[in-house]
Amino acid sequence: MTPQFNILKNIDKTVLFLFLVMVIIGWFNIFASEYTEAHRHIFDLGTSYGKQLVWILGAFILAAAVLTIDIRFFTSFAWVIYVSLLVVLIGVLFFGVEINATRAWFRVGGFAFQPSEIAKYGTILALASLISRARVKSPDVSSRTKAFAVILLPAMLVLLQKDVGTTLVFSSFILVLFREGYIGGLVLFFGVVAVALFVLTLIFNEFIIIGALAAITLLVGFLMRKKSRVMPQLIGLFLLLSGFVYSVDYTFDNVLEPHHKARIEVLIYGGADLQGAGYNLHQSKIAIGSGGFAGKGFLQGTQTQFNFIPEQSTDFIFCTVGEEWGFIGSLVIIGLYTSLMIRLLYLAEKQRSVFSRVFGYATISILFFHFAINIGMTIGLVPVIGIPLPLISYGGSSLWGMTLMLFTFLKLDAHRYEMI
Amino acid sequence: MQIKHNPGQFSNRRKIVAGIILATSLLLLVQLFMLQIADPSYKTSALSNYLRYVTDYPARGLIYDRNGELLVYNEAHYDLMVIPGQVSELDTLEFCELLGIEMATFESRLLQARQYSRFRPSVFERQISKTTFAAFQEKLFRYPGFFVQPRTLRKYTYPIATHTFGYVGEAGPNVISNDPYYRPGDYIGVSGVERAYEEQLRGQKGVRIRMVDVHNRDAGPFQEGRFDTLAVAGKDLYTTMDAELQVYGERLLQNKRGSIVAIEPSTGEILSLVTSPAFDPGLLVGRQRTRNYRMLQNDSLNPLFNRALMAQYPPGSVFKIINTLIALQEGVISPQTSYGCGGIYHTTGISIRCRSHPSPVNAITGIQYSCNTFSSIIFQNTINQSKFENIQESLQQWRDYVTSFGLGNPFGSDLSHELPGLVVTPDYYDRLYGPRGWRSQTILSLGIGQGELGVTPVQLANMTAAVANRGYYITPHLVKAIDTPDNKNNQFGLANNIEIDREHFETMAEAMRRVMAEGTGSFSAIPDIETAGKTGTVQNPHGENHSVFVAFAPVDDPQIAISVVVENAGYGSVWAAPIASLMIEKYLTREVNRAWFEQRILDARFLTAQPEDAQ
Repeated sequence: MTPQFNILKNIDKTVLFLFLVMVIIGWFNIFASEYTEAHRHIFDLGTSYGKQLVWILGAFILAAAVLTIDIRFFTSFAWVIYVSLLVVLIGVLFFGVEINATRAWFRVGGFAFQPSEIAKYGTILALASLISRARVKSPDVSSRTKAFAVILLPAMLVLLQKDVGTTLVFSSFILVLFREGYIGGLVLFFGVVAVALFVLTLIFNEFIIIGALAAITLLVGFLMRKKSRVMPQLIGLFLLLSGFVYSVDYTFDNVLEPHHKARIEVLIYGGADLQGAGYNLHQSKIAIGSGGFAGKGFLQGTQTQFNFIPEQSTDFIFCTVGEEWGFIGSLVIIGLYTSLMIRLLYLAEKQRSVFSRVFGYATISILFFHFAINIGMTIGLVPVIGIPLPLISYGGSSLWGMTLMLFTFLKLDAHRYEMI
Repeated sequence: MQIKHNPGQFSNRRKIVAGIILATSLLLLVQLFMLQIADPSYKTSALSNYLRYVTDYPARGLIYDRNGELLVYNEAHYDLMVIPGQVSELDTLEFCELLGIEMATFESRLLQARQYSRFRPSVFERQISKTTFAAFQEKLFRYPGFFVQPRTLRKYTYPIATHTFGYVGEAGPNVISNDPYYRPGDYIGVSGVERAYEEQLRGQKGVRIRMVDVHNRDAGPFQEGRFDTLAVAGKDLYTTMDAELQVYGERLLQNKRGSIVAIEPSTGEILSLVTSPAFDPGLLVGRQRTRNYRMLQNDSLNPLFNRALMAQYPPGSVFKIINTLIALQEGVISPQTSYGCGGIYHTTGISIRCRSHPSPVNAITGIQYSCNTFSSIIFQNTINQSKFENIQESLQQWRDYVTSFGLGNPFGSDLSHELPGLVVTPDYYDRLYGPRGWRSQTILSLGIGQGELGVTPVQLANMTAAVANRGYYITPHLVKAIDTPDNKNNQFGLANNIEIDREHFETMAEAMRRVMAEGTGSFSAIPDIETAGKTGTVQNPHGENHSVFVAFAPVDDPQIAISVVVENAGYGSVWAAPIASLMIEKYLTREVNRAWFEQRILDARFLTAQPEDAQ
């Protein structure tokens, strides 16, 4: 280790560049989504774009701070940070304020802050620490249980805040667990099958699905009739999936809260309910669709300007992009995210310590989940789940949370040749 | 010191993760391609610059009387709307001439609309006439950003019951910020039934999304109206009001200050709610509303004041009904107990006068002749009962009885802006005289319905209904059914029981029958209809006494309970009682056969503008 380690020389310039570009694009779109002729001042703290400037400035300071901290801080204090965030999550249940029916916020002055955003960071640190310390070649039951516990504990606390969106984000760690061999490919496969069956069951009668499954089982069984041992497994699988399909109806009717149910129904049935849950989705699709190939131009979006889309600077920021910058703009945004994730993946694989690699993968997982779900919901591919588009949406907690993760990973990456 | 690169045995899985990321990005891009390029339905065509969200305002629910007669309906009119962001070059001079406004007005209204929102429609000119509308319709294409919005206004079959109907106004900033349903320019029920049943009456607004081209021409529905919602008409109200009786009551109270409240005892349905002076409900509709409202506000006769629900008077002698019932229930007297009356009642430091009548009197004749002496004695005996440790406890129990008749609290049904009235509490006297500073004689005026008592006309009618029902009342209300005549409004159907035995109510009904047959109300007896009543004359320190009367009929099968108050008219038996008797006759026989009797009331005038003294 050289005594004068220059962080700026070793930091990954690609990620740094992508980060800056996305934050700037984000700010301009927040400006466009809130812009009215009456409020022309950029530094007006009464507007979200004014506030966002403060958040961005804070994010830069945060990034600089992370880059100057000794790298061993992250490994040594991983569990301390994790436990204190759990305490904060419990605290917000009692002392937090409610915004949009979610008791997940602390309020200081005009700024509200959501600790669950930062909780993801603590979970990543703990998970990275846990996995890097496992001495076994292939994860055993005990280390798997521990890994799941580390993820589920904060996830459940966030669920208690009735913040379903953020809770679901924790499920993205499946990707990390998959990469590290904590879950097999089969689990990932069945995860996808389960989601597909869930949606199909809501569209079709569950007995039609079960019939179709039976047909597929018979067909596969017939094709593989030479292998005598495959039949019991197939039948077992069939029973399992049928049971799942059957329970979906029950889950949907009895477990989900009405507004979540409504959001899923809107997506699946096309939503005749324009006044209620279908409203956001329709308005958002109209806005994005009306952008066309090249978009209407900066500040020219009529849907955007009409304020027809609620929460437009936060969860529905992609509407502004789609309407004002068209397909070209959408392509750029998706390109930026994909580049960022692939670059992070490349860097993560280059890490020599398991801790850094896990941290990198976890950052990718969270970025991926937000990216896929947020854009997916604005264009009607997934139900409306209130989570922001990282680095672009309005909101300090989200921006700071993402900044913290990215720059911690950049810091780890810059020191990848050192023993940590 | 460097460590070796150790990707672990699952390193190959990185490809699957990368594959998932790329596949997802591709999926999003495909859907975006479909939305933004392939599917033309999400684009406003090149010709149409804007989508215009046209609100379809539903017709407000109609209001009927209890017999199905239409009382309140709607008439179409047009508002000229503007979307400032779409306004471009136009011939302002021509525009202003067409509308009959000044250029300066044009500028300031446009500025005002722009300040609200550049992109949402604001009302530019309210309720333009049909001729202006026709002229505009032709030239609208020359005024980009302007369009005409059809709306409806209330119309009334008769100029009656204005306080009961209430009126419809524009939703104010407070309402708009608290309820997302309302937008600026929306109408909302401000008072009366219009307010109480706003949610049922208003219906559900619809939205049509229209494409509009650069020439302000409608380019058809957006996506064949896929996203449009239909307006749902408001629900009709079937009120408990009897329009004919209401019209008649308002005629009788012409040139008088006061009120008439008639209730059907078995259901609590209000048959008529007359307040005088009143005004034509049509005055508070449309462009002239604000101006007319200000005029009514400044009227020295105070026509905006809903006397039937808001005027609080000491009840006077009609309150003897309640005090006598309490004394009977408490066993302070039996129906046979009688006391002599020499025209004046003396007790420590106080004396109360009485009019001359046969003596001695008991519970029945005490009511019949409205004997102050008898009332004072039984009130004192009620309060001084030895079972109570102190007078506070005793007065509290008396108060509980009184409030169980519906006095001292608002009914909280669909009557809007009702006042609670006043039934004095022991605390009040404790504060006034100190806990040991008052005796039954201190508060003796309560015994004859004077002093610290305030009763509204609707409460008077209701307590009469309770006697008619022999011991309970149904909360008085104004709406019988919603949407269809069969869809009953059941929310007020429960009986409010009074803890006094039925036999005492029978005694009271007999006493009140005698009032009409051979007592203070006999002047107003109705041929062939056995009526029970009680007169009252309320002392008024500011001028002539108020004339009060309550009654129900027929005695054995009560169809109507009524209270009449005529301010500054003197004795209850002379003015209020005849009015009540005419109302009862009208309601039960649908006609009035006593022409001279009716004419005497119609000719009477007690209206002199003087300071409000009823509150």
